[in-house]
Amino acid sequence: MTRTIITIIALLAVAALFWTLVALGTPDELGAVSRHYVERGIIENRGANLVTSVVVNYRGLDTLGEVTVLFLSVTGAAFVLRRRERKPVDRAASKASEIVQTGAGVLVAPIMLFGAYIFLHGHLTPGGGFQGGAVVASGVLLLLLADRERALPHGLMSWLESLSGFAFVVAGLAGLWVAGSFLANRGVLPLGEWNQLLSAGVIPVIYILIGLKVGSELAALLDVMMRGEAVAGAHGSPRSPRHRRSGPSGTGRSRGGRR
Amino acid sequence: MSASTLYLGAGFALVLTGLSCALLRRNLLRMVLGFSIVDTGVHLIIASVGALTGRTAPIIDDPDMLSHATALTVDAAAVVDPIPQALVLTAIVIGVGVTALMLTYVVRLHDRTETLDVRELRDLKW
Amino acid sequence: MIWLDGLVCLLMVIVAVTATVVRNLVSAVIMVGVVSLLVSYLFLRMGAPDVAMTEAAIGAALTTVIFLVALRRTGEGR
Repeated sequence: MTRTIITIIALLAVAALFWTLVALGTPDELGAVSRHYVERGIIENRGANLVTSVVVNYRGLDTLGEVTVLFLSVTGAAFVLRRRERKPVDRAASKASEIVQTGAGVLVAPIMLFGAYIFLHGHLTPGGGFQGGAVVASGVLLLLLADRERALPHGLMSWLESLSGFAFVVAGLAGLWVAGSFLANRGVLPLGEWNQLLSAGVIPVIYILIGLKVGSELAALLDVMMRGEAVAGAHGSPRSPRHRRSGPSGTGRSRGGRR
Repeated sequence: MSASTLYLGAGFALVLTGLSCALLRRNLLRMVLGFSIVDTGVHLIIASVGALTGRTAPIIDDPDMLSHATALTVDAAAVVDPIPQALVLTAIVIGVGVTALMLTYVVRLHDRTETLDVRELRDLKW
Repeated sequence: MIWLDGLVCLLMVIVAVTATVVRNLVSAVIMVGVVSLLVSYLFLRMGAPDVAMTEAAIGAALTTVIFLVALRRTGEGR
């Protein structure tokens, strides 16, 4: 009973907050900062997508923080889900139907290509690194659904993720060295023409790195949550040798996720 | 009622629904579900503050949206606000990371104590 | 086309409230995925295609899968 009363009080407080926000109203014109980003976005960045130039260039430090938070949460999840004892896996339940297996074999390559297209064209069309990385992780999820015993190359994924994050910071430092501020876009790479693929300076490079990083991170997270340990293919009963591909680096990952 | 107020109202309805789900249920997984609904509602609220009526998306691929054809200056009365969209983009990705971590802890708690009922987890209460 | 947006908002709130009260947890998780999809449509109507893509790819797809995997691991997914 007390809990219900407290819940109702909390909901009334949120409703009062809503009333204040609606009374302030939504603005009719762009603010001063938004007007600067909109009017001079193409002159300074040459990218057609203004949201991309805001996310990667004008608010690039927030994106670096976001990539760090995602990395920490995936590492924390992999660390907590380590399993010390091996529960026996249900053989009959881990066999997918024929439709899923055939469909996965046909569809994975177009899905990965689509994800790569999305993060390559982030500065021209709606899209970018996070969306493309999520699509690539969905392709890996389809592979995992088709065959639960598949060994993902955890060593390669861990290296890809770490190197992409490192290269993002290196791109920012290159901006610091050339133009005087971290993640600047002014002198590192040529700006090019508006609405071309090779344009917008260092923005497509950063988005490619973010796409690779987010894709491998989310794929590793899905693998860890579905399997329970980061060592791929290491179940209780002996398996055929082709499932033991990622031995040493996988063990390194399951011992606390140190990189 | 303009479109922005409609989206704002829908977002707040989602926040209220998610909060009541997180506070009134005793299953841990339902609490995490409630937090996920609150997250979605908050994203809707932030994005609706920037959604000005009668304007289009801030993707400039048409030379009609430039105010001068050669100077590449964009007409500031033709596009919606790009800053709330950038904030919501960041927030969605962080939301999935936080949800994954919450679910990891719920799974671990279930492995150790075999229960998902929050009233039976009294270790931290004094 | 504001009546269509109003209809989608109403449907979204109804599905969210149903996800709160329904008994079966798998149904509740799928309903939260449907809420994410409807919110993605609303983002598109607000003139934010980037945000709509992100919400559809990450919110509707990956969050639902993560919830279902957690349901399976705690034995509630029937």
